[in-house]
Amino acid sequence: MTWAERWATIERFLPQLWDGTLVTLQLVGLAVLIGLFFAIPLGLARASRHWYVRALPYSYIFFFRGTPLLLQLFLVYYGISQFEVVRKSFLWPYLREPYRCALITMTMHTSAYIAEILRGAIQAVPPGEVEAARALGMSRRQALQYIILPRAIRIGLPAYGNEVILMLKASAVVYTITMMDIMGVIRTINSRTYQYELFFFVAGVMYLIITLVFTQLFRLVERWLKVDASRQQR
Amino acid sequence: MTIRLSLASLALGLLFGLLGASAKVSDKRVPRLLGGFYTSVVRGVPETVWVLMMYFGTVSAMNAIGAWFGNPQLSLSPFVAGTFALALCFGAYATEVFRGALLAIPKGQKEAGQALGMSNLRIFWRITLPQLWRVALPGLGNLYLIMLKDTALVSLITLEEIMRKAQTAANATKEPFTFYLLAALIYLFLTVFIMGALHWFERRANRGFVRTEL
Repeated sequence: MTWAERWATIERFLPQLWDGTLVTLQLVGLAVLIGLFFAIPLGLARASRHWYVRALPYSYIFFFRGTPLLLQLFLVYYGISQFEVVRKSFLWPYLREPYRCALITMTMHTSAYIAEILRGAIQAVPPGEVEAARALGMSRRQALQYIILPRAIRIGLPAYGNEVILMLKASAVVYTITMMDIMGVIRTINSRTYQYELFFFVAGVMYLIITLVFTQLFRLVERWLKVDASRQQR
Repeated sequence: MTIRLSLASLALGLLFGLLGASAKVSDKRVPRLLGGFYTSVVRGVPETVWVLMMYFGTVSAMNAIGAWFGNPQLSLSPFVAGTFALALCFGAYATEVFRGALLAIPKGQKEAGQALGMSNLRIFWRITLPQLWRVALPGLGNLYLIMLKDTALVSLITLEEIMRKAQTAANATKEPFTFYLLAALIYLFLTVFIMGALHWFERRANRGFVRTEL
């Protein structure tokens, strides 16, 4: 097979590959955004002074960080259907679809990681600044809203960027529950063309490009939020 | 099987990591470029892709090699393919950990070694490596825990590890939730066990060092 023929084969499947890319991007994008939303209360509770507030988010985070995403995916997609209650409930039409299952699992998975990042960031806020805010007469709530969270976001942003890229790579397993993401499309093409080497290579290149784009995007956001500036003050 | 797979990948991955790190801190251009290429490419591509590529993507290459030795049916077993794929990924991340650790070792020690007439290999073996272990241990521990979870991906190429067994049991009994939860608990147990072992190793490696308290 010559290079021209190889390229022709790839070109023939370009529309499908593009669709797969969109599915992957959509899944990852939604998961990390909704995950961030859920992670904020989780991370705050995780950084609490009281052990009984810490206990629940701790076990949640422990479970989701300690088991493989693939397993969690199967637990949600295949596992839940074991219960008659769920199958009969009004939620079933929603939970039956692989797309929603993948989104739910990835969101839960990533929110555990983001919560942990947030906790680290909150605890990295210099205690002096919090004390200063309190000394100026801010309430606990105000201190959290105006001082701690804006600082924590800047401290945690690089780690959040890493998490997005890790999720992008982790999302490659959703093809196992019949999702047509990049990997799903590649598998279908492989079973039609038997060009395993070629199309796994294509998959690798596609993920690599998305990773590079994401890295650059986050670099821009970091510059925009002046993450470096807040780092120098420490 | 999960444990065996993760240990095999750990051993091979550490080797990749050490080689990668020595390439990256080398004062010659070519190894530095190769090392950089290795880490950025491997870390930019999902582990799933590596695992599948190692298994399905090497069939014709292995057949060609096999034909050369007079055995055209030669192919990588799921275990070997999985080990290579996981080790490749582990090695790329370990390269960065080792590189950081190598840079943390004062240059004067290497020069002292040279002044005493030790060969470069000997300096590495006797002076650098023992200290590298101590500095790199926490980072490597994290990577090992991540890799342990990535072993679940090897079930995709039909290796009979925890994930695959759980799948078989779930299909046979029609109780997927029970068996996947059981598998999850096994992973959690392994994680806790490894964390304990790491803690012990770290304490041992840090004998005689005062920890910086903030």
